Amino acid sequence: MTLPSFSPGDDPGPSFTGLLARLDVPYGVPAVPAAGSSVGSAGPGHGLDLPHGTTVVASKFADGVIMAGDRRATSGNLIAHRTMRKVFAADRWSGVAIAGAAGPALDMVKLFQLQLQHYEKVEGHALSLEGKANQLSQMLKGNLAAAMQGMVVVPIFAGFDRHRGYGRLFAYDVTGGRYEEEDFVASGSGSLFARTAIKLGYAETNTRDQAVDLLIRALFTAADDDSATGGPDAVRRIYPIVAVITERGYEELTDDEVAARFEVVLAEHASRSNGGTAGGSSAS
Amino acid sequence: MSMPFYVAVDQQMKDRADFAQKGIARGRSLVAVEYVAGVLLCAENPSRNLHKISEIYDRIGFGGVGRYNEYDQLRIAGIRHADLKGFTYSRDDVDSQALANLYAQIMGQIFTHETKPLEVEILVAAVGYRPEGNRLFHIRFDGSVTDEDGFAVLGGEAESIRERLKTTYTAGQDLGAALRVAVAALAGPDRSLAAADLEVASLDRLSEGRCFRRLDDEAVAGLLDSAPAAAAAPEASGPADPEA
Repeated sequence: MTLPSFSPGDDPGPSFTGLLARLDVPYGVPAVPAAGSSVGSAGPGHGLDLPHGTTVVASKFADGVIMAGDRRATSGNLIAHRTMRKVFAADRWSGVAIAGAAGPALDMVKLFQLQLQHYEKVEGHALSLEGKANQLSQMLKGNLAAAMQGMVVVPIFAGFDRHRGYGRLFAYDVTGGRYEEEDFVASGSGSLFARTAIKLGYAETNTRDQAVDLLIRALFTAADDDSATGGPDAVRRIYPIVAVITERGYEELTDDEVAARFEVVLAEHASRSNGGTAGGSSAS
Repeated sequence: MSMPFYVAVDQQMKDRADFAQKGIARGRSLVAVEYVAGVLLCAENPSRNLHKISEIYDRIGFGGVGRYNEYDQLRIAGIRHADLKGFTYSRDDVDSQALANLYAQIMGQIFTHETKPLEVEILVAAVGYRPEGNRLFHIRFDGSVTDEDGFAVLGGEAESIRERLKTTYTAGQDLGAALRVAVAALAGPDRSLAAADLEVASLDRLSEGRCFRRLDDEAVAGLLDSAPAAAAAPEASGPADPEA
């Protein structure tokens, strides 16, 4: 490892990915040229049953934004990991949640965190929230070739905009398209169910506790109907990761708090659905 | 074609060193002091924006005195080195000694080979997981490195400041006491320095992840005012408030 120095015209500035590119350090998932049909229909990602992260959700509430993700990763019909983390602090004032091919997604998160931190250290102040959202967009664009081969990553970015004084939410597509959401967003295989569940309970004025319950209920609903989404696991004590981002910054709930909220939600669910059998069918 | 005059090597080195020292002496000084929970960095710096002290990595801080543009380039090179190393290997593998050696290498190279030596002195400070893990590497304009123990002083008036610190510094002081000692040493007997004249940051051992904290004027003033008896050190300004 040397001390990187550049002539003024050649300086990568505060961008860490720019620095990597300048020094020819490989990063991200290299695009594999589609070599016939031996490995899958459209590329290596399709035939390989790579681990996939599933459902992540985020919503605004009165004091900021909240995001949550289940813990399951699946490879085809197998559970690849039970305790995968899909919600991360991007920096002190923002978080990123990922769904899609786990390897490239985790790589992207690591690089994204580093990119924000590198900028902050070199420049002496952090990027604006919008700037951070754009950085993630550019990383997704860089992953497009891999996405076309099946290694799709679809993140959610949420943070507290300290210049404007409120929380903001951003959804993305595989091409790096960036969509600011006004209320809530869900991504991943169970997102259809989760989104509907959030829609039923969402209000701008939700308190922190209401918002936590809402996202937990949404993940429970997704796990109920999508086999790839993990529900609460009381035996192994595995619970979704829930993070709240307000003007105080990014904070994650403890497992104990999430477990306690789950108990409330499950009890409610049981009482409403007459013993919890709604949606089931009787064999007799 | 004219032949260049022969200049003896020791004369050449002496001229360069004199030149660099003169440049460094024009600026104000910086001290680093170990305290009970980490390392305190304190510089006399009336500028709000041209920092002498900054963050390199999770447990590594940087201090520079002399020409701003020169030590700022070194600072950025250090951040790049550390972030690249952490990315390639792991965050635990980024260490202050390797960084100090690289700085020494490049500063020594510039001192002997370039037209103009760097007019800077820099400090690489690292906070360990235990007090004996703290490191203070002082690197001079010619690339010579010293590994300081307890405190380090950089700048033109380093000698007199060091003498003052020798008598007032004790190991295991709290943050407020360490700051008062550092500021008194920087100011000397005839002056007093207010929070607005100072740039202060700490590397806090107990922090998770990034340990570097800038202390704002309010926090510095609070620490300077608090009587030595008041043991409870006011909280630092919190993790660097990067978007403020």
